[in-house]
Amino acid sequence: MPQLGADMAAGKLTEWLKKPGERVKRGDIVAVVETDKGAIEVEIFENGTLDRVLVEPGAKVPVGTVLAMVRGDGEAPSAAPPMPRPMPAVAPSVPKPRPAVAVPERRAPAGPTGRLRVSPAAARLAAERGVDLAGLRGTGPDGAIRIADVAAAPAEVAPAAEPVAALPEPATPAEAIRRAIAAAMSRSNREIPHYYLSHAIDVSRALDWLARGNEQRPVAGRLLYGVLLVKAVALALRDYPEFNGFWRDGRFAPGAGIHVGTAIALRGGGLIAPAVHDADAMTLDALMASLRDLVARARAMRLRSSELADSTITVTSLGDQGVDAVFGVIYPPQVALVGFGTPAERPWADQGTVTTRRVIQASLAADHRASDGHRGALFLARVGQLLQEPEKL
Amino acid sequence: MSESSLKDCIFGAISEIAPEATFDGLNPDKGLREQLDLDSMDFLNVIIALHEKLGVDIPEKDYPRLFTLNGAIRYLGERTAGRQA
Repeated sequence: MPQLGADMAAGKLTEWLKKPGERVKRGDIVAVVETDKGAIEVEIFENGTLDRVLVEPGAKVPVGTVLAMVRGDGEAPSAAPPMPRPMPAVAPSVPKPRPAVAVPERRAPAGPTGRLRVSPAAARLAAERGVDLAGLRGTGPDGAIRIADVAAAPAEVAPAAEPVAALPEPATPAEAIRRAIAAAMSRSNREIPHYYLSHAIDVSRALDWLARGNEQRPVAGRLLYGVLLVKAVALALRDYPEFNGFWRDGRFAPGAGIHVGTAIALRGGGLIAPAVHDADAMTLDALMASLRDLVARARAMRLRSSELADSTITVTSLGDQGVDAVFGVIYPPQVALVGFGTPAERPWADQGTVTTRRVIQASLAADHRASDGHRGALFLARVGQLLQEPEKL
Repeated sequence: MSESSLKDCIFGAISEIAPEATFDGLNPDKGLREQLDLDSMDFLNVIIALHEKLGVDIPEKDYPRLFTLNGAIRYLGERTAGRQA
């Protein structure tokens, strides 16, 4: 079960889109998971054959639970019952077939004889349900106790209606989203020492250039100015990688690509910030197509797991009917958020002359653990410079 | 096209983008976007839908004429004039 957001503790598997024995390749959508953020399509990160599914539709399981096993090409199908396999004592070498759908769950280490072997997810569930692990017989490799074994065991205390949810089920999707935002934003303000920078950017040239280009484009191919903003941020991040990534385990972990989460307001209230992957390498037309697709699917609550899980920075733009400036709350474990206010005509002094220009107030909210204001200022200024040459975006 | 069929066409286009939009109490001389909570992407999609339904090419510089319901009816009426729907 992938973690689709900093606050997500569990998800409900609603549907398998692939059956055991079917070929799968990296990027295929194999399952649908219901979370606070709607129905999420779970992608697979391996090529091979779906060997077996370990979680049945309808089951709500904690983040980290292995959903299915994928057999790589050339690997033998798993025998049923699964062959016991010696496990390494310390190194978490990758078992085969690998758990491929979710964040790989480290198996219980093969300790000295007599030590209880139990998967972390199973241990969590056991703790929640008051199940005595010592009384269980595991069905995992070498008799390791798996989550299914715990789920099947009688609880010593009456189990909660939902084994993993601390709060009652949200009544509506809007309430679920509100709760997800509450959890993520509370964590952000509790853990992240934010600093804020603001910078006025003359976007007259960029907007004129865009309008001229749109005259030549068919209606369906026209660009919104937000596309320029996302591209400028993505390109600036190439030079300022310390704003592109995550704060994890006491240190900065750079993102594996520039995956820009773009905040999308949902009409029923709330917002969601799915990622445009490798935005720095996309043409403006491709970026526009991606954004249009993301907005449509976000509003239909039908996003993919990778879009929710791996944004390396967030961009929020108030659009053309908002207010002057926005100072964001960083979405953990990201380390930065770039905000854009509404473009507006402003008096603009340049070389002793005051003219009116269309100006956007850009802001940076950044994690002071990962970066300092000096570099933040250079980064935000770079975004402004890139917007002066829109034809190069 | 008649005013009422243009209105149906506009409401139809908006409903495709914002299925939950209700048009009761809509002020035809005030902004559609503010009243129906349409952002710039929604508005662009409404323009695209109108383009597809009516075959009218709407240049970007004309967008402000479609900001209100009455403005949009007037504009689309002019652009479709002489055609028998």
